[in-house]
Amino acid sequence: MDFATFLVQCLNAVQYGLLLFLVASGLTLIFGIMGVINLAHGSFYMLGAYLAFSIAPLFGQQFLLMLLAGLLLSALFGYVLEWAFYSYLYERDHLQQVLMTYALILVFEEARSLLVGNDVHGVKPPDWLAGTIPLGELMTYPVYRLFASAACIVLAIGLYLVVNKTRLGMMIRAGASNRDMVRGLGVDITRLYRIVFAGGVALAALAGMIAAPMSSVYPGMGGHVLIISFVVVVIGGIGSITGALVASLLVGFVDTFGKVFFAELSGIGVYLLMAVILVWRPEGLMRRGY
Amino acid sequence: MTALLRCEGLTRRFGGLTAVNDVTLDFRRGEVHAVIGTNGAGKSTLINMLSGELPASSGRVLLQGQDITAWTQPRRARAGLGRSYQRTTIFPEFSVFENCRLCAQAAHARPLALWQGASQCRASGDIARAALQAVGLADAADRPAGALSHGGKRQLEIAMCLATEPQVLLLDEPLAGMGAEETDRMLHVLQGLKAGHAILLVEHDMDAVFRIAERITVMVNGEVIASDGPEAVRANPQVQVAYLGGH
Amino acid sequence: MQRALPWIALVLLLAAPAVLTPYTYDLLVKIMVLAIFALSLEMLVGMTGLVSLGHAAFFGLGAYTTVLLSPEYDPGHAALLLVAAVGAAALYALFVGALSLRTKGVYFIMVTLAFAQMAYFVFHDTKVGGGTDGIYLNVRPVAGAFDAGNKTHLYYGVTAALVFTYGLLALIRRSRFGHALAGIRVNEQRMRAAGFATYAYKLAAFVIAGALAGLAGFLLAVKDGFVNPELLSWHESGAVLLMIILGGIGHLRGAVIGAAAFVLLKEFYATPAFVGAFLAEHWQLTLGFTIIAFVALLPKGLIGLPDRLRKR
Repeated sequence: MDFATFLVQCLNAVQYGLLLFLVASGLTLIFGIMGVINLAHGSFYMLGAYLAFSIAPLFGQQFLLMLLAGLLLSALFGYVLEWAFYSYLYERDHLQQVLMTYALILVFEEARSLLVGNDVHGVKPPDWLAGTIPLGELMTYPVYRLFASAACIVLAIGLYLVVNKTRLGMMIRAGASNRDMVRGLGVDITRLYRIVFAGGVALAALAGMIAAPMSSVYPGMGGHVLIISFVVVVIGGIGSITGALVASLLVGFVDTFGKVFFAELSGIGVYLLMAVILVWRPEGLMRRGY
Repeated sequence: MTALLRCEGLTRRFGGLTAVNDVTLDFRRGEVHAVIGTNGAGKSTLINMLSGELPASSGRVLLQGQDITAWTQPRRARAGLGRSYQRTTIFPEFSVFENCRLCAQAAHARPLALWQGASQCRASGDIARAALQAVGLADAADRPAGALSHGGKRQLEIAMCLATEPQVLLLDEPLAGMGAEETDRMLHVLQGLKAGHAILLVEHDMDAVFRIAERITVMVNGEVIASDGPEAVRANPQVQVAYLGGH
Repeated sequence: MQRALPWIALVLLLAAPAVLTPYTYDLLVKIMVLAIFALSLEMLVGMTGLVSLGHAAFFGLGAYTTVLLSPEYDPGHAALLLVAAVGAAALYALFVGALSLRTKGVYFIMVTLAFAQMAYFVFHDTKVGGGTDGIYLNVRPVAGAFDAGNKTHLYYGVTAALVFTYGLLALIRRSRFGHALAGIRVNEQRMRAAGFATYAYKLAAFVIAGALAGLAGFLLAVKDGFVNPELLSWHESGAVLLMIILGGIGHLRGAVIGAAAFVLLKEFYATPAFVGAFLAEHWQLTLGFTIIAFVALLPKGLIGLPDRLRKR
């Protein structure tokens, strides 16, 4: 493999990993803070992608504006969803949570089917992001992918700042390590949970929106990203955002280079990685903490 | 008399915090050896390392002279190290009898004998009945364990420990939440157990400790500051300052 | 009355072929196969307290093994195929269990899901199993006078398998092994403190459950004559979990009732004659809401219904 190809694959790996990080960080926060295992998390990603497909014509070239609109819409959606549905799941056991959120997937799938249909779609990136840049003599790299990575990095930094530098973040960190104590301290748990949940949904949906111009928008995309996100959370440790970042990038590299070297069987590479980690460190790479 | 259970230089660190520091103690048959100390003194960590639930950072644990430091908890239990918990860990949905019988089953497991119903296993049944008798719960055998009073549950906790027919009893605050009458009854049970067992008793109830213990170890901040007979400990100035003084 | 129910059901099952139409006959066999699948999961979830979201992997693996090892145009040997299917499923269960049981709680749920997805990918993406199209079992296997291609033979074969599975699990439940599993479910820490090597017990339960799921897979392959990767999908894993919740966790009858309820519900929701064309096409919506209503209102499943009604 020559250097240019290697560089391309590295960039792809990082880009995929960062996108995964957005989805997985929401998942791990929701589980870490609220103790809810949310199977429908992949659906938020799917909904984000289909949302992008639906509203892209309205925004034309104003891609960033569209992302912002999507962020706000999905955060609002998440806020309402937590109030209407998820808040009932907190005191239930894992099995019931699994089933309820699984049922939610079915509902979302049908809702999407009714609103937008079951077709596979593409979303065009805006002109100012649609080109490629040269890499070395023979290779080029799509500008949009670089933008996607950059956007994810910006969001990751934003997430880091919120979690580590704000009061809200302090409550989140406290809640991740000791839910009962936070409750006992008199923090308005209901608001906290609602905000965290809305944030998680927004991150996943945004990831879907950013991903839409790169991969196709298709009905099963939620399921696939969900399971990979689970692998990321297992490897990185529940409640740990740093862990999610490290694990996402690891998964990104294993998956991308796996496709290069092992073609057909590359799909199982990520799971083998998880198996290895389980043998070595059953509690994930980072146990708790940011 | 050699110790049935012994720990040497037992230490446990959690990151920068040393919860237990270089503790060496003996537990002999026929003795109640109490370990007392304020909250955070390291008593729970110590008992968890002895039972096998928490690995030690350094040091050794010896059972009848054999180094069991690397042994898992189930293995130690089968070798004769029994334990009761501070927070009641019974099986509330099973009957009182089944709670004990299940614990006794560990030594008579025979998992492949699928054709035989568990209730038909005579060995575990007999041991369970004996354990319930020893703690005074024989009459409540068929009641669901969750329906017992708090004191009853603590008694069951001890019975379940006895049902594994241990040589060493690690008892973690068995008297927690008990009234005077229940405490008396429990101390009477412990007195009866002394002859056949080595007993480690972690307790906060000072009166009970001084009534029943042959040996008292005082821990402060993870270290042993005194380990002696009750009168010597009571008279020890360091202990008075650190612990008994404000009592 | 409650204790006689399984026996009554058995008598009805044995007598049924005399009175059923081909459609209901087929439905009944499907229910019985899924009941075996559900029973195998009940052992994991209900008896041992291990919530696995990847149980379909063993089901699908059993089915695929059956078809892959069958000769293309001749009938395979039913007994050998059965052993191979169960063996393959058990082997994968050993691998998955050994690794997954190093984790607990949510981690366990996620890891079992991931390992099932791994198996799904093998059959979905590679040529091993004919890819997304699946593969056909052209000729049903035989064993002596038993011909799985004969509908009546198949019916009684499946019934026998169901009776075997139900009986085996009932036996396990009352045995020392079963009691130990129950103890592990309620309070694993206490079991360890008493001296039980809980990891070994859980692994054994996991492998047995996987093997029984493989049995169900074998029967499905033989019944339908066709397998495709969706048998290993997480939707299938979700469906079987749903079956035992529907029926009621903690009871063997629950798994059977749940499987029947699930199959009948799906049929009902997908039939325009019952729910109208619109809802029939979007049956997942109705199913989704039904699940939510069920978990919210009847957490003990259909088995808990008589008690619920009595309380009113």
